[in-house]
Amino acid sequence: MEDNKCQCECGCNGRDEFLDKLCEKYEPIKDNLIQMLNEIQEHYGYIPMKAQKVLSEYLNVAMAEVYGVITFYSRFTLKPKGKYNIAICLGTACFVKGSEKLLDTAKEALKIKEGETTEDGKFSLEATRCIGACGLAPVFTVNDEVYGKATPELMKKVIEEYRNKE
Amino acid sequence: MKTLEEINKIREQKRKELDLRVNLKAGTKEKHILVCRGTGCTSSKSPKIIENFKNILKEKNVENVRVIQTGCFGLCAKGPIVIIRPEDTFYAMVTPDDCEEIINTHIIEGKKVERLLCKDVDGTLVDRLDELNFYKKQERIALKNCGVIDPENIDEYIAFDGYKALEKVLTSMTPDEVIQEVTDSGLRGRGGAGFPTGKKWMFAKMAKGDQKYVVCNADEGDPGAFMDRSILEGDPHCIIEAMMIAGYAIGANKGYIYVRAEYPIAVQRFQKAIEQAKEYGILGTNIFGTDFEFDLAIRLGAGAFVCGEETALLESIEGRRGQPRLKPPFPANAGLWQKPTLINNVETYANITKIILNGAKWYSSIGTETSKGTKVFALGGNVVNIGLVEVPMGTTLREIVFDIGGGIPDGKEFKAAQTGGPSGGCIPAEHLDTPIDYESLSAIGSMMGSGGLIVMDNTKCMVNLAKFYLGFTVDESCGKCTPCRIGTQRMLEILERITEGNGETEDISKLEKLAHTIKNASVCGLGQTAPNPVLSTLKYFKDEYVAHIEDKKCPAGECKALANVEINPELCKGCGICKRQCPVNAISGEVKQPHKINPEICIKCGACVDKCPFKAISK
Repeated sequence: MEDNKCQCECGCNGRDEFLDKLCEKYEPIKDNLIQMLNEIQEHYGYIPMKAQKVLSEYLNVAMAEVYGVITFYSRFTLKPKGKYNIAICLGTACFVKGSEKLLDTAKEALKIKEGETTEDGKFSLEATRCIGACGLAPVFTVNDEVYGKATPELMKKVIEEYRNKE
Repeated sequence: MKTLEEINKIREQKRKELDLRVNLKAGTKEKHILVCRGTGCTSSKSPKIIENFKNILKEKNVENVRVIQTGCFGLCAKGPIVIIRPEDTFYAMVTPDDCEEIINTHIIEGKKVERLLCKDVDGTLVDRLDELNFYKKQERIALKNCGVIDPENIDEYIAFDGYKALEKVLTSMTPDEVIQEVTDSGLRGRGGAGFPTGKKWMFAKMAKGDQKYVVCNADEGDPGAFMDRSILEGDPHCIIEAMMIAGYAIGANKGYIYVRAEYPIAVQRFQKAIEQAKEYGILGTNIFGTDFEFDLAIRLGAGAFVCGEETALLESIEGRRGQPRLKPPFPANAGLWQKPTLINNVETYANITKIILNGAKWYSSIGTETSKGTKVFALGGNVVNIGLVEVPMGTTLREIVFDIGGGIPDGKEFKAAQTGGPSGGCIPAEHLDTPIDYESLSAIGSMMGSGGLIVMDNTKCMVNLAKFYLGFTVDESCGKCTPCRIGTQRMLEILERITEGNGETEDISKLEKLAHTIKNASVCGLGQTAPNPVLSTLKYFKDEYVAHIEDKKCPAGECKALANVEINPELCKGCGICKRQCPVNAISGEVKQPHKINPEICIKCGACVDKCPFKAISK
């Protein structure tokens, strides 16, 4: 594992306003670990090393345990996602309606595998569990935008659209 | 803070005001435009539809018309859905641009917008909601308020008997009487295993402890199931009320609901409902003037299927990796922070208020001998009416798939239905007439499960499906016990080899042996049921496994490595569509002459098969 030193380059010395406020909001008891991680994931889009260190100290939990919890839950990620995160639903209802083809199309168009981010940081690709829009199956999302009854053609078109966007 | 009298007054007033929601003959000048704000319809722009309706009504100065957001109506395939009451007109697949026409034609001129009316499976235009075949065989108990009330408005919940069951329990029943009522109703856990709910409550009540907890399991992990989400989105207060009743019955004053973070709308509505209940003094201390107190908090899951297992869920609430605990001790004795804890699923709670108000006798009159009441299913896959259905126990699979679900689209044939998700099994056509209850489904190698019901047509490969589920379990196995962690991985490897054309004759017996070991030796329900998709497909579709292994063929044509894409020269008209579709230029041929596929270039993607207008290409 990487050492405990903050890896970021913003000069924050491991803390920032967000993390300070988060620590004010929650009591320093171990039970709050997952709740705090959820907020951190939401805020940064991933769990940066500096946040892990703050949590470890604040909640008095070993770094290894923080890391253990992060890697156990699929919602938490250790790397930043792309500007546009394409998530393809691989729930059963979407799978039966051909979402595997959507995933193949996206992989080919972006030249990355699921769980990866493109070199320019613009796109990341994710295969998700059921997002509950089964009536629109197969479904994929780009950030918060939902694309239902999707086809490989639609996937190609949407990727092109975002590629041309800033 | 509101007193009991004030709440009763709200109920009386609001009930009159909202009568048109349930009564087609309500004599009222008002009209209510109900717009579904469940996840499905929200994804297809229903918030914009609501906004447009409101703006247009304001612009045109139309009075006595209200626009209301509601929970799921159930027929998700036709979303976004708009229903106008009291006439109960059902408009399907409405877009934000249709709002003006609906207001002009329907509201102002009093005529129907025919092009937006819903078409039933047989093609007839349906005027009213209750005329749709989809709704005819359904009986809504758990989903009673979904699609009727605005889930973000506590007054609307109160209007339809909301918090009346809590009042009855607190003011006129002892905890033992409450538990007896639940026991007599015959209600069983709707999370999948079907443990008698009354018994669970009794164990938690009998457990000794200074502090007890009530937990609601809303970690709906079965891919393709969305019953619990729809209840939380459409009727959050009924879960709060039921958890409070459970708290009173077992002697707990604190509750937690564990919800998937992937359900943002459900989380936000539930949070709002808790705040409203606190504001009204329904959650808090001295509830309804009694000495009962109750507090409720949300805990978010973070994407781990195993956390649907009750002890793993408890670990997760305590802030740790969600790894199951050994049982016994059961949560009823040593649960959250080792205190006695009652855990029930969302749908189980959704039945409680109705049982208290209408009585155990009424509830137990619905369903079969061993399975009482109704069950909600998330009907999905290759079926016309994708959506949420609630049917009395004992309804047959055929009725659900064909009468309610409208059958299989695109003229294809029914092959199998899958219930119970990664823990369940496939049910073939020969068992379509099996009545749905806990025992009958186990007897044919599947299980009730939480309510996912995926229908598959004859183009779906059963070996590939088993592989899909095993891939899911391998991903989601927590790693605590060896049979599940390593065993499922080995099973997946065998299935991968079979679908890639490298299967060996003894693979079937290897799969069976592994399956039985994993079932018998795993710590928790995830491992114990993980082999079920393989075992049930082996039971009913063994010939498909054999075809993959011995003949190196995939009968359904789904497994790419085994596919052999060919053009039938007798059917090919040489139109060239396939040539243009092919992403790797593997197809050649002159116009109006039969085309050919070069098997060395072909990547077997099947794009040409789907597009050929003459069905001349086969996989």
